[in-house]
Amino acid sequence: MKHVLKIFSLLLVISALWIGLLQASILPQSHTWLLPIYFIVSLGCYGLLMVGVGLMRFPTCPQEALLLQQDIAEAKGFLKQSGVDVGCK
Amino acid sequence: MEQKNKYSIIIPTYNERLNIALIVYLIFKHLRGVDFEIIVVDDGSPDGTQEVVKQLQKLYGEDRVLLRPRPKKLGLGTAYIHGLKHASGNFVVIMDADLSHHPKYLLSFIKKQVETGASIVTGTRYVKGGGVHGWNLMRKLTSRGANVLAQTLLWPGVSDLTGSFRLYRKSVLEDVISSCVSKGYVFQMEMIVRASRKGYHIEEVPITFVDRVFGSSKLGGSEIVEYLKGLAYLLVTT
Repeated sequence: MKHVLKIFSLLLVISALWIGLLQASILPQSHTWLLPIYFIVSLGCYGLLMVGVGLMRFPTCPQEALLLQQDIAEAKGFLKQSGVDVGCK
Repeated sequence: MEQKNKYSIIIPTYNERLNIALIVYLIFKHLRGVDFEIIVVDDGSPDGTQEVVKQLQKLYGEDRVLLRPRPKKLGLGTAYIHGLKHASGNFVVIMDADLSHHPKYLLSFIKKQVETGASIVTGTRYVKGGGVHGWNLMRKLTSRGANVLAQTLLWPGVSDLTGSFRLYRKSVLEDVISSCVSKGYVFQMEMIVRASRKGYHIEEVPITFVDRVFGSSKLGGSEIVEYLKGLAYLLVTT
């Protein structure tokens, strides 16, 4: 099944639940009408939270830059000896 | 069961005369005892990249370092397809030529694949053990935001969608690449999402990514629009 169809069916199920809640009047009608708004806002907040948390925990590797410089020096040394042109840049 | 695996490493290049020599040296250093070949797909670099590759061929052998150039810049996807035609291995690695992808991770890709029998092993920068260096806050923010959006919409099953350091079983790469039409980094996303939809076994290994293009703010409004268009396309067609 195409992914977008999966999403549509999920939305369909959620909508059916919402309509069911409206009909069954388990919650006060005024609140039930606003449920989709709550849902979208919570989704947005969750997304922002994920972005923020991910940003804080973004893995960095400053030592890798150093290691890379060492590797480059080693490579240049070997290649120069072996007749490969590494003079540029 | 003795498995004789050969790895074809495809490296598209454009104006990488120094980096290609460095990366070939590092690959040979880190893959001792592994049966592999390096396929350099150069798009007619004016800086003499191909001359350097020929020197590397003299040093390491023409059967280990293959030069398969093209007349001009023709795009990444077609560079992989071109390289694939000349690949004699049963596994294919794709990586960048500018040393943002370090060859020292090649062994962990290979190990992961042998351990799990996966069809694709993709490098991820976003998990513990991986990481990025050289990105400012803005860059990290857009990367994280883009990732969260893509995860929410596409449920791709991998943590790093735009990464281009990957190991593919050759037959799988041929299958997936034939159905991809995007360009640039959306192409990388399309590849992994299509592979995921087709049910291929995908594993991840952490990699570190050292961004060597200082101050490159590839994040104008047009880049963001392109990304959103790419996401929408993938949402609807995969």
